[in-house]
Amino acid sequence: MSAAIEKDLLVRPLTARITAGLPVDLASYEATGGYRALRRALKELSPADVQSRVKDSNLRGRGGAGFPTGVKWGLVPMGPDAGAKYLVCNADEMEPNTFKDRLLMEDAPHQLIEGMLVAGYAIQATAGYIFLRGEYVKAAARLNAALAEARAAGLLGPTDGKGILGSGWDFTLVVHTGAGRYICGEETALINSLEGRRANPRAKPPFPQIAGAWGRPTVVNNVESLCNIAPIVEYGAEWFRGLSQGKSKDGGTKLYGASGRVKRGGIYELPIGTTAREILEEHAGGMREGYTLKCWLPGGASTDFLMPEHLDLAMDFDTIAKAGSRMGTGLILALDQTHNMVAAVRNLEEFFARESCGWCTPCRDGLPWSVKMLKALEEGRGSAEDIVQLEKLTKLLGPGKTFCAHAPGAMEPLQSALKFFRSEFEAGVAKTPAAAAGADALAATGASSAKVA
Amino acid sequence: MATIHVDGKQYEVNGAENLLEACLNLGLDIPYFCWHPALGSVGACRQCAVKAFRDENDKQGRIVMSCMTPASNGTFISIDDEEAKQFREAIVEFLMTNHPHDCPVCEEGGHCHLQDMTVMTGHHSRSYRFDKRTHLNQDLGPFIGHEMNRCISCYRCVRYYKDYAGGTDLGVYGAAANVYFGRPEDGTLESEFSGNLTEVCPTGVFTDKTHSERYNRKWDMQYAPSICESCAVGCNLSPGERYGEIRRVENRYHGELNGYFLCDRGRFGYGYTNRKDRPRQPLVAGEVVTRETAIAAATAALKGKKVLGIGSPRASLEANYALRGLVGAEAFHDGHALGDAALVQLALAIVRDGPVRASTISEIEGADAVLVLGEDPTATAPRFALAIRQAARGKGKALAAEKKLAEWQTIALADLLQRDSYPVFIASVDTTRLDDIARATHRAAPEDLARLGYAIAHAIDASAPAVSGLDAATAELAQTIATALASAKRPLVVSGTGAGSPAVLQAAANVAWALKAKNDATGLALSLPEANSFGTALLGGASLEAALTQIESGAVDTLVVLENDLYRRAPQARVEAALARLKHLIVIDHQATPTAARAQVVLPAATVFEGDGTLVNYEGRAQRFFQVFDPTYYDNKIGLTESWRWLADLEARSAWKILDDVTAACAQALPALAGIVAAAPGAAFRIDGLKVAREPHRYSGRTAMRANQSVHEPRQPQDPDTALSFSMEGYNGTGSLDRPPELTPYAWSPGWNSPSAWNKFQQEIGGSLRGGDPGKQLFAAGAGKPYFGEVPAAFAPRGDAYRVLALHLHFGGDELSSRAEPIVKRASPAFVAISRADAVKSGVNGHATLAIDGAQLRLPTYISDTLPAGTIGLPAGFAGVPFFVHGALATVSGG
Repeated sequence: MSAAIEKDLLVRPLTARITAGLPVDLASYEATGGYRALRRALKELSPADVQSRVKDSNLRGRGGAGFPTGVKWGLVPMGPDAGAKYLVCNADEMEPNTFKDRLLMEDAPHQLIEGMLVAGYAIQATAGYIFLRGEYVKAAARLNAALAEARAAGLLGPTDGKGILGSGWDFTLVVHTGAGRYICGEETALINSLEGRRANPRAKPPFPQIAGAWGRPTVVNNVESLCNIAPIVEYGAEWFRGLSQGKSKDGGTKLYGASGRVKRGGIYELPIGTTAREILEEHAGGMREGYTLKCWLPGGASTDFLMPEHLDLAMDFDTIAKAGSRMGTGLILALDQTHNMVAAVRNLEEFFARESCGWCTPCRDGLPWSVKMLKALEEGRGSAEDIVQLEKLTKLLGPGKTFCAHAPGAMEPLQSALKFFRSEFEAGVAKTPAAAAGADALAATGASSAKVA
Repeated sequence: MATIHVDGKQYEVNGAENLLEACLNLGLDIPYFCWHPALGSVGACRQCAVKAFRDENDKQGRIVMSCMTPASNGTFISIDDEEAKQFREAIVEFLMTNHPHDCPVCEEGGHCHLQDMTVMTGHHSRSYRFDKRTHLNQDLGPFIGHEMNRCISCYRCVRYYKDYAGGTDLGVYGAAANVYFGRPEDGTLESEFSGNLTEVCPTGVFTDKTHSERYNRKWDMQYAPSICESCAVGCNLSPGERYGEIRRVENRYHGELNGYFLCDRGRFGYGYTNRKDRPRQPLVAGEVVTRETAIAAATAALKGKKVLGIGSPRASLEANYALRGLVGAEAFHDGHALGDAALVQLALAIVRDGPVRASTISEIEGADAVLVLGEDPTATAPRFALAIRQAARGKGKALAAEKKLAEWQTIALADLLQRDSYPVFIASVDTTRLDDIARATHRAAPEDLARLGYAIAHAIDASAPAVSGLDAATAELAQTIATALASAKRPLVVSGTGAGSPAVLQAAANVAWALKAKNDATGLALSLPEANSFGTALLGGASLEAALTQIESGAVDTLVVLENDLYRRAPQARVEAALARLKHLIVIDHQATPTAARAQVVLPAATVFEGDGTLVNYEGRAQRFFQVFDPTYYDNKIGLTESWRWLADLEARSAWKILDDVTAACAQALPALAGIVAAAPGAAFRIDGLKVAREPHRYSGRTAMRANQSVHEPRQPQDPDTALSFSMEGYNGTGSLDRPPELTPYAWSPGWNSPSAWNKFQQEIGGSLRGGDPGKQLFAAGAGKPYFGEVPAAFAPRGDAYRVLALHLHFGGDELSSRAEPIVKRASPAFVAISRADAVKSGVNGHATLAIDGAQLRLPTYISDTLPAGTIGLPAGFAGVPFFVHGALATVSGG
């Protein structure tokens, strides 16, 4: 292995191989230290050792919620009587303006596979599934090719009882492509979908670690989280914690990104806790000529808008939460002065309304209502009552009110837009009652009076 | 036990329930939609939100769903909290963004859980000003209407139909604000329990189509506590009447029997009462006559003559007893079909005298291993079948308990259960409608089913008789079933008279008794041919065979047939020959049967909806049914009365003035029936000095009811027989704890107009009714009995003489319900089933010609891959299928 990559891996464990332009095959992965962690774990470490390394590393789930991965694993029943257990990789990356897992899967599939093997070993899973967003055709092809290579090399089961690398522990891994529902990113909806059922979230408790896929203990981890596992086992928890270079109390690097009218949109692996300003201004090169930053979403459509004055905050889970938003996936969406906030929020809520699974009332019926009001405001036929009602919705669809976190997530951009840009909403209130009723628009579409309905 | 605090008050609760159940049990109202006592909690509708506090010092609190939160010790909640109230109101407002405001034209109106909950939350005006989503509706067959625009997406329908009832053709499609509950395409719902959708649906998506055609609001109908006559389970019904017609039958909650659910035959089969061709006036020689003339003609035919009486297992005890009184105990015959009387007597001996008494439906639901021997319960005792499904699913509760999860956590239960279940073994002559939940199925002729049963019993207890000559596969199956039953905590044996085989009943008894010796929690449930099979068996009449033999000998002058059609009980040629030997035939019935057509005197009788009486179900539970309406009020030419009244008049028994007199006389005469008086309160019963009102207090139009005949309003009909009034005047509340559960005509409680009102009548939600579940158990605990020992020889095909097996179907075989038009539409046409090999051998192709007992008939063929070779199956009781005795042989030819 070249010393340059070795050094780079110690700083950017997730993307060093990718930026070096290596092919994604097994040979080049192994030539750069790939599957060393697996071999070490199987030979030298007990499952409990692996678990405690990950726990000590303070790796927090990279799917957006930031739940400590080691703690999640620790809830899985262990021991010889625990029976079938499953490890599921949540690769259903459908959060608007999020595209980090795609990079990892397309260009470093073996790192995910190794991460799943080590994680599977740690919880003594019997089988693993990569629940992949269906539109990620290239990722599916590359993952499947990599899985075939790994199977051929004896790194994956079934091994007819000998176990992976002769360890006695067997593990199979397959790619399952989703049918295109955002809610499948919710881990229990994902499990239902994996089982072939409707993608409705499940009630918790029981948590998946106790009763998940097919009623068996199941761990669901994000792609980026799992890609961190092999390096943690390889280089140790202390190394991982140090990767943040003191910028955050969390450990590791983070795949950050930027989109919108920035100069160099993309993905950047940086120490977790890097400021948003550094991400936007240095790595993304700042706003394009003629555009100024109006506000930004820190990590996906289901996070609250932040303002330019928040740019110096460290992008980690706790700091962004204190500012009233969530880091989420850490991929920043920059909005500029040309964006109308009502239109932007309407666009987001249309997405959320469409992607509601339809299980619980506030989400199913509340989100489409918000879209209709936002549309009215956007088209200048809103009413003052709409703004009151939108504000009510942010409470009624808030955390704890709905069955899962989908609607509360949908309310985050809405409530922050109302907080920071209320005047833009007020500007959409119709000047005359006729306009409010949308008489012209309705006459044009032939729809009957909506007011009476 | 647990102490919870609700709005500052302290309550004791059992600690196992969720907060919604606990509060409803305490009489505290919380609105809800998706939760249902039988379907559990899923947290979908978010309607039952309350504020939960960490402790008494927490003033902030947070909104929780009461159905998803355990009522554990030290819980502090508020229902009245302002935020919680506003949230609940907002939920209804959300639902109303799409729910149409069509209450005035919606059949659910006035009977609608959504209306009740809307009022309960206080939501009255909405801010939503946009379009509503619309759906296309489907034709779901003759029973259920479909109006999807009204749907509030509570998911109850699919949770009931698929998860609870095992249906496969109703699903949920789409997502977001466009979820659709229906079939993949238009077509009749396949489940035999589809009608419960009309009660499970909290609004007007699924409505009773049989009611639609002659619609009335709930408050405009008259009701009585009734009992279903379509099988021997004895489900409790709440039939509603207007203008002299039964317009709808709904479930009447019974904690141990039907619970919240009925079968479709029981719910939609009431139409025989409304038939225009019924005898409603007395007939002598085919001419309408007055009551006096008819009685005179009948009396003349009886006086000084040699008289026989044939009773009926579909008639009340009182009617049968009155006939027994008229003709004398020796001349009284029980009216079961040839061969059935002995089977029923055997079943009675097993259930009443044996060591294992009959299980209630709720006990069946609690079983953890089930053997069904010789029966297709979906047809012969449908409510058994629905309960067996719950038994199989019950393993989810055990798995949940292992994970310390409450049993109301429905989603978790299903997730844990996956495709696992408690074992159900089905041994029957052909496929059954429960095969989808069976761990193993076995198809064989009745003798071989009995042999399997005997072998199972022997494997459980070696002192039970062994079976010799069993093939290896059957012996292994017997061992597997024996092991499963013996290792269960609550094993259950289900059998009955459906196979037409005493050996099957005996084998089933042996299995249950062998289990009982090891496990006191063993259950047994035997299905019977008719609603009052045990009642008539307890009266102890001789068999129909004996009656026919006497008549055939020419020793009988006059035959009195009570509510019975002999052509359904014996081969046609034999009935015709016997009737031809009589001088006089008197038929008392409510249907225009072929037997009635032969009678000189026809006395029109009341159906179960038009009279009162007592039935004894498969458990030995005596239950009273009450007259729903007085048909003579609408048309004074109508001359029908209860059969017992006709018989009392024929005998000039002046002592029998009211039903209670006959019931008491019957109880006194027959010690086995002594308990029937206590089956329900008598006519003198009053609550706060009042009779119980049959009509809701909003009943309208009463004074105009007969205005087309005369503007003078007649006096309301009086009811001397019962403690119920034909009026809205009378006791109408749920408030009195003294209200006997037997006297609840319909579900209503202030603020609760839908069937959800039953929650207000229960001791605890989903448990027994206040005052105990209706009916009086007549059987005391039985004693140990020696095993039955007559192991039959194996069935051997007899060349061209095919053994005729009775195939029981849910629709079309039951006498009364198959006279109802919607049931006729739903039933399949008659057919003959034949095994594939025999079909080839006998050359049948599409149709077959059969000869049975000298009768010839041609039927379409159904090629079965499961029917035993050497047998053919005929749908029992079907129109176009003549009566055949158990064990009959037939020849089969093609074309």
